[in-house]
Amino acid sequence: MESDGEQRGDRGGDRPRLFQRLRELPVVGRAADWGLGPAAVSKNTKRAGARIAGLEVTESVCPYCAVGCGQLVYTRDGELVDIEGNPRSPINQGTLCPKGQASRQLIQQPGRLTKVLYRRPHGTEWEELDLERAMDMIAERVIAARENHWQETHENGWRVDRTLGFAHLGGATLDNEENYFIKKLFTALGAVQIENQARI
Amino acid sequence: MPGLGTSFGRGGATNFQQDFQQSDCVWIQGSSLVEAHPVGSRWMMKARERGAKIIHVDPHYSRTSAVADVYVQIRAGSDIAFLGGLIRHIIETESYFKDYVVNYTNAPVIINERYQGPEELDGLFSGFDPGSGTYDTTTWLPENAEAPSASGQPEHATQAFDEKTGAGMGVSEVPEDPTLQHPRCVFQILKRHYARYTPEMVERICGCSKEDLLHVAETLIENSGRERTSMLAYAVGWTQHSTGVQTIRAGAIIQLLLGNVGRPGGGIMAMRGHASIQGSSDIPTLYDILPGYLRMPRAREQHLTLADYIEAGSTKRGWWANFDKYIVSLLKAWFGDAATAENDYGFPYLPKISGNHSHFPTMLRAVDGGLDGLFVMGQNPAVGSQHSGLQRRALAQLKWLVVRDLADLETASFWRESPEVRSGELRPEDIGTEVFLMPAATHVEKAGHFTNTQRLLQWRDKALEPPGDARSELHFTYHLGKRIKAHYANSDRERDWPIRNLTWDYPEHGPHAEPSAEDVLREINGYELTTGKLVNSFTELRNDGTTSCGCWIYSGCFADNVNQTRRRNPGDIDSPGGWVSPEWGWAWPANRRIFYNRASADPEGRPWSERKKYIWWDEEQARWTGYDVPDFPPNKRPDYRPTDDAAGVEGIGGDDPFIMMPDGRAQLFAPTGPLDGPLPTYYEPFESPFTNALYPKIGGNPCGVYWSRPDNPLNVSRSREYPVVASTFRLTEQHTAGAMSRNLPWLAELQPEMFVEINPQLARERGIEDGGWMTVMTERGEIEARAKVTSRLQPLRMGDEVVHQISMPWHWGTYRSSEQGVTGDSVNDIIPLSGDPNTTIEDKTFSCDVRAGRRRGESTCRLAHEHEHVDQMTREGDHEAELPHKAVHTLSSLYELPVPGDREAREPPEGWEAARELARDPGRTG
Amino acid sequence: MTSAAPTEIAVRRDGAVRMGFFTDTTVCIGCKSCEVACKQWNDLPADGYQFRKGGSYDHTGALGASTWRHVRFVERLEPSPAARADAEAALAAGGGGHVPNIPATGGGLPRPEELGGAGGGGLPTPEELGGAGGGARPEEVPDLVQWAEQNGDTPVVGEGDVDVGAAVAAMDRWLFMSDVCKHCTNAGCLDACPTGAIIRTEFQTVVIQPDVCNGCGYCIPSCPFGVPNRDPYDGRAAKCTLCYDRLQDGLEPACAKACPTDSIQFGPYDELVETAKGRVVALHERGVESAYLYGAGDEPGEQLAGGLGAFFLLTEAPERFGLPARADSPAQENGPYATAAGLAAAALAALGTIASFAVARRRGRG
Repeated sequence: MESDGEQRGDRGGDRPRLFQRLRELPVVGRAADWGLGPAAVSKNTKRAGARIAGLEVTESVCPYCAVGCGQLVYTRDGELVDIEGNPRSPINQGTLCPKGQASRQLIQQPGRLTKVLYRRPHGTEWEELDLERAMDMIAERVIAARENHWQETHENGWRVDRTLGFAHLGGATLDNEENYFIKKLFTALGAVQIENQARI
Repeated sequence: MPGLGTSFGRGGATNFQQDFQQSDCVWIQGSSLVEAHPVGSRWMMKARERGAKIIHVDPHYSRTSAVADVYVQIRAGSDIAFLGGLIRHIIETESYFKDYVVNYTNAPVIINERYQGPEELDGLFSGFDPGSGTYDTTTWLPENAEAPSASGQPEHATQAFDEKTGAGMGVSEVPEDPTLQHPRCVFQILKRHYARYTPEMVERICGCSKEDLLHVAETLIENSGRERTSMLAYAVGWTQHSTGVQTIRAGAIIQLLLGNVGRPGGGIMAMRGHASIQGSSDIPTLYDILPGYLRMPRAREQHLTLADYIEAGSTKRGWWANFDKYIVSLLKAWFGDAATAENDYGFPYLPKISGNHSHFPTMLRAVDGGLDGLFVMGQNPAVGSQHSGLQRRALAQLKWLVVRDLADLETASFWRESPEVRSGELRPEDIGTEVFLMPAATHVEKAGHFTNTQRLLQWRDKALEPPGDARSELHFTYHLGKRIKAHYANSDRERDWPIRNLTWDYPEHGPHAEPSAEDVLREINGYELTTGKLVNSFTELRNDGTTSCGCWIYSGCFADNVNQTRRRNPGDIDSPGGWVSPEWGWAWPANRRIFYNRASADPEGRPWSERKKYIWWDEEQARWTGYDVPDFPPNKRPDYRPTDDAAGVEGIGGDDPFIMMPDGRAQLFAPTGPLDGPLPTYYEPFESPFTNALYPKIGGNPCGVYWSRPDNPLNVSRSREYPVVASTFRLTEQHTAGAMSRNLPWLAELQPEMFVEINPQLARERGIEDGGWMTVMTERGEIEARAKVTSRLQPLRMGDEVVHQISMPWHWGTYRSSEQGVTGDSVNDIIPLSGDPNTTIEDKTFSCDVRAGRRRGESTCRLAHEHEHVDQMTREGDHEAELPHKAVHTLSSLYELPVPGDREAREPPEGWEAARELARDPGRTG
Repeated sequence: MTSAAPTEIAVRRDGAVRMGFFTDTTVCIGCKSCEVACKQWNDLPADGYQFRKGGSYDHTGALGASTWRHVRFVERLEPSPAARADAEAALAAGGGGHVPNIPATGGGLPRPEELGGAGGGGLPTPEELGGAGGGARPEEVPDLVQWAEQNGDTPVVGEGDVDVGAAVAAMDRWLFMSDVCKHCTNAGCLDACPTGAIIRTEFQTVVIQPDVCNGCGYCIPSCPFGVPNRDPYDGRAAKCTLCYDRLQDGLEPACAKACPTDSIQFGPYDELVETAKGRVVALHERGVESAYLYGAGDEPGEQLAGGLGAFFLLTEAPERFGLPARADSPAQENGPYATAAGLAAAALAALGTIASFAVARRRGRG
């Protein structure tokens, strides 16, 4: 975790650094200035302030395309409050595209799953399933597929030491550590049909 | 990315996005940089503000075209003709960067006498076997070169081999002609090869004007050379063709001729579309490679020993001489103490591939009942993969399916919500697939790192706990592995050796017993096993089992026991060289930000110009210095010349910048690597309404991959029934197949419906109204969409013919995970399974017809029972789809596709019989 | 220099200066990051979901109570010289078709509809802009129709000679502009607000205070730009605050921070105007002679609403971006639509139907 990342660095480059000036504006004694105009300044207006001020901020990277924009993730007591571009990142310098801007909604999306859903063979509805139970069931199925479809030799007699009983798809949106685990574990099990979107 | 690998040595973008701002010309083709990578284009726009020219060549006028100085609309799939036209112009006008070309490329190399090209063989290269659709590539070798030990295998999709171009190739005593005059030198071959790619020919094939071509050529030439550099950006608009690799090769040839590679503001940016798609190739979830582009072991008649494998994979000269250190260190990382010299470090126990086990053949195996189970983690093949109707039908044949994602999506719910279920073809009660839909953690709910499009590894800290039972894939895979290892703990069967001895002992943290991603990263970086210290670089790896390393190209990412990928110091970006920001994250290999940057200096080691200085030889310090980590041995003098018997990197001269190549030179002509030819040649897309104007006897790529079966029909080529050329594109507001954007209200509202862009003339001819419904028809089925009638698309004139093109985004699918999401037809429902022979990447240029109104029935119902006509496989044998020489769309099958009776019969093109005879016996006239 | 003296400032703070937006359309890439950044920061709900005819990729349509940034797409059509030559050659050779006499630059360009297609570009109609007072009617539209009529025979594309059609309809430029509240020096909305809900802040921005607004809607017809709109769920008016809350903590407004190409710049108003003027000079030197500032640096008396706190660099007539050419006073410039809305609002007020808007809760957001 880092302290307020917003305060460090700026876009640099040839972007006007006008905004630095604003930060230097006096804020002390602000309250004494309120309400001098003819229009009513409401209580909420007087209390106005950025909801991320003083919050814990974590440095992250956008999960969408491969530009690799830096993100700042603001949280309060374990709740996500805001995700913005990281001004320190030399790649995006605080900016984000619409998808990156919407990434808070990716995490808080209306249909976000929090339970394992299970569909039994020939079933017509989802059922909720305990996570540990699901893990056990999946392990059993992997073992069965491996055992039932083990090939020591190819049909022409060549050694292959593998199973074509199960396959894997996906990886381009995962972490490298996760891809490493997938490749390592499934290769050790003799699986070869391991693929992702990166066939480029 | 074999197109780059076979040209330069490594399959990765050569430069970095901030380096766009150093360009004098940014040339975008096969990519919509602004549309798909808005923040990457920040740097292109900065270049533009500094006076750089922006070129965009694309079938579809996008937001990228809008900001370009030069926009050229071409027919989808015709890129190689356009690029060939550029190559020809550069050569004919002698506008190439001669000092660069002579010294840094294989232009002077003399090719053996047996080589013949498409100009002699009517579109084929020497060595073609029409039965298998493959080439004997030995006829393409340099004079006196030894045959690569692994060549001649009649297999496709050998990405691993491609990445190590020249593997096994002896390079000594290859004759050269530095004057570039010898008729068989690469330069002269290149000149002859593209001689007929005249502006007029380009006009006829691509549908653009010859002035457009010349404008692009002149703009590139004016902005390349000693003082100036141009950068090329491409993306899947190039790769997703039956000639994908060759298209990229053609771009690479141009950048080499112009002397732009290895230099600031130059090179080739492969703009990639997923957060860690580069990472998932480097540490592959791919069937044909192991981490670090080490090839997956391949079954063969004789027992395959580690020594055999190393011999096939390493080179005598160049960086790949270190191959043995990397594979042994990987085996030590995986099998620990159990991996010993006596048991070949466990190598014999690894599974071996025998054919094409990529995504498509695997799904064809599945649809025919030959696959029990499938894991899908962060992918959505039910709408995101081509011919998705077939993909969904394959899911219905599985015994079990595990889907891990953030929300429900088409792949998990195919059994209850899909076009096939709606049409009644599939009934949930009849589908036996058991489905586990597992909630996944988002990017802020786990720590780890992505590798972005510029090979930059960037760490993410964890900000939140995932909700409920959501877990990371690291957690899932680890705990699944633990359970399976426990099952096999006491087994003494040989087949269980790898899982029993797999190093899987990771410290667990937190209430969910999560392994630490940093621990995994340390394993990837590698250890000195005798001391337990982390290694600082792959140069410290050894072949004697005393080091371990999970991915050699990432070695150094934990140098000095510091997570280098977590470095967050952008530096002073306004200082000289400051735009490189070398302390922000970590780039493979060895934190080099521009590949082959030795080429930014002349052969003597001086910058080509002050304006473009980047890496240069410092005589006082006797080392290479500059703004980046030299991609070269740091103390090797420019005038170093290898002795005849020098091996490994010592065999590379001090003026040979491409250190991954056995001869240190970039390949204009690629004698090894690409399976479909040493030089890019224009072939029509498989589904094209047109004859190949350059090689009328050939048509499409003779090596291209297509699985010929009733449930994968092709539109008849050159047919009046499907006269419209179609291609796909991305929108800024949506992401890939949409699961990460269609369900988010803030994005869904911005692009709420699937649409098709169509030009006003075609729209009028078919009575299609702007904003109204229209239907796109192919042999696979038909989809409906809103019509977006716009003059951004133009009818193209090709000789005497006119072609209409439509463009479609591919972000929609028919399921949404909440009321606030949006749905629409998926264009992948109407794209056949076909692709490039080198990578099996999908081919997304196809033909179609359009009409006004909505579709009749569900999108893929016309294929309802077609797969029942496929001969069912035997479960244990190879599936036909995995044996490309059986499944490939070969030359001889190209014009033998069944022509349904009620359609206009087509005559084979003139001279076809002769071409076929020629193809069957290429030696006859050779 | 400083803009004309603004109307009363409700919040005073020592050292506070006028802050504003400078939106440079010549570097806008139309990505809509500003739209989403605004919604994200201000927790505004999605209110679009409507596929719109024309308007390119603009499915937002207009600024609204839940849409405080809106990216406009403008397709400009013009035959390239080469295409025109081709077309003329084709005609000379006896081919069919037609080469219309299209003005080379400026207004009066035909839209795709006029060119025989079912139009793809052009400006959204007022109906499409939707909502009461939803934007000014582009003055150019009747001109275009007129142009077609004057030319007698509406150009027909593609009958017998596709190349002529292709030449005629050649796409010339596609322009993008991120629209926003102008934070006027003479703000009609503020003048019209009977409750004091709309204030001028210490940054001289114009802010609607939701906890004061009673939803009377007077501000809506009072705006020459069609910016404020009533939230359909709670009835109160809402618009851009120039991120008043963020400014309090020294943070840049969300849209300006997000903008990938710095098309939206934020800063002290006077400095922004200087930057913008320099930008116009630089563009003129580069040959973009049509570049000018909309809403900044005008002579006194010719200023739009006394000067705009959020101003624009444009390369086409303002109407092409849906902006009024003049905005002296609300009554004069607002056009029939806004006027109608204003009358409706007044009628509503007279009927006393404005009660209790303030207590209505906003729909749950996010």
